[in-house]
Amino acid sequence: MRPLQPVSPGIRTVLGISFFVLFVAFWAWITLGGHVNRIFLADPLSMLRDGWRLLVEDRFWLDILITIWRVFGGFLLASVVAVPIGIAMGAWKPVEAFLEPFVSFARYLPASAFIPLLILWAGIGELEKLLVIFVGSVFQIILIIAVKVGSTRRDLVEAAYTLGSTNNGIVKRVIMPANAPEIAETLRLVLGWAWTYVIVAELIGSSSGIGYMIINSQSRLATGQIIFGIIVIGLIGLLSDFAFKAFNRWLFPWSLA
Amino acid sequence: MSKLLIEGVSRTFAGVRGGEPVKALMPIDLAVAANDFITILGPSGCGKSTLLRIVAGLEAPSEGRVLLDGKAVTRPGPDRGMVFQSYTLFPWLTVAENIAFGLRERGMPEEERDGIVASYVDLVGLKGFENHWPKQLSGGMQQRTAIARALANDPEILLLDEPFGALDNQTRGLMQELLLGIWERRKKTVLFVTHDIEEAIFMASRVIVMTARPGRIKSDVAIDLPHPRHYTLKTSPEFSALKARLTEDIRVEAMRTVQV
Repeated sequence: MRPLQPVSPGIRTVLGISFFVLFVAFWAWITLGGHVNRIFLADPLSMLRDGWRLLVEDRFWLDILITIWRVFGGFLLASVVAVPIGIAMGAWKPVEAFLEPFVSFARYLPASAFIPLLILWAGIGELEKLLVIFVGSVFQIILIIAVKVGSTRRDLVEAAYTLGSTNNGIVKRVIMPANAPEIAETLRLVLGWAWTYVIVAELIGSSSGIGYMIINSQSRLATGQIIFGIIVIGLIGLLSDFAFKAFNRWLFPWSLA
Repeated sequence: MSKLLIEGVSRTFAGVRGGEPVKALMPIDLAVAANDFITILGPSGCGKSTLLRIVAGLEAPSEGRVLLDGKAVTRPGPDRGMVFQSYTLFPWLTVAENIAFGLRERGMPEEERDGIVASYVDLVGLKGFENHWPKQLSGGMQQRTAIARALANDPEILLLDEPFGALDNQTRGLMQELLLGIWERRKKTVLFVTHDIEEAIFMASRVIVMTARPGRIKSDVAIDLPHPRHYTLKTSPEFSALKARLTEDIRVEAMRTVQV
């Protein structure tokens, strides 16, 4: 094979799908073939059966909906707070000097370690779940956006000044539109991380959601259900990522062309 | 009275990590008459772009001052339109919106803007491309839009920093004729920085040759070739004589740069 040689779209699709097939085949072989203990790993067929039962009998789709709402609620909350702060930090250096050290420090505080504290403060209701996601995402978004905004093309800013822009005009009509696609792209990335936080939040002190179903299944050794739950998370993540990408493309046609 | 007055402007850059400060521009005096087309010619790194940026107000002089219509320049403003060597169209705005940018910043209502934008789209020959994104345009078209954007603001002086430097030779020649044609019809005070000798002579009513760094004015050559100028002028004997003279001037400076 020649390095860096592109592959045709047809072959790409076939190769991409074939790994899934191989993966499931291997899984089926070790489980159905009796190479591992059924108690610890369900086979693909019972996984599907368990999943179907979950959806039809245990109203699992309600858990799915509540998890989705938590992810988007917490993510939205974090975005509303973080985007303006990130832009302000990137645009005005004193604001950056003031906030950057703290935000850099706070970024390394693991969201999951806050769960006990957040439960004490906010109980085990919805607010606590939203706050876990908020704490996990807000500092990341602020920092990434501040860096992106801080590296706005200087020549565009200079061109705007020579066209008569004021300082406020530069922020509103150059810095913000110039970075809008990058900001949207950052949010898409962080939304993926929010999915991790929500499951962690639901594993501890929760009575609903996909994470709750997973921890609940563990005590009953229902590994089929656990795997089904994980796959559902993966699929929703993939779908929301796809939708987000399409939305960004529609919003910023100029950045592709 | 001169339109633009550069009085003893020099620029020194602070030394890096305690090193010696670097002198980029020796004190420069230059008076530019209204509606003159001045090209500033010099080897790379001679500080000609720095001088232009000081006139634009994007950089402050270490000493001296710049006066436009008798008023000191302290910051960039719409009275000094600028076209950069790099492509600086706003990528999120269409061609028409880019040209309208300065008018919008001024708070001009849209109906009024539209008429002006249409006339400048016409002037630079971009009819039919009003709604294209900058990314969809060739380099030459982007620079035409940038010229229209600067002119639509009706600046007192137009500053151009090697605007055609990134274009191929053929496009560059066409762009020179286009810009010169606009100047011949509309009359505007222009300061045009270039390192291309032919370009400097072809465009200018006056060529300022700068020395190698630290830049000073080496010679000030009036170009009395008749207008309107046609590209065939570049092969005329008068043009060749001027070119020979300036080539000699610049060559000495370029050699000094290389030897340093």
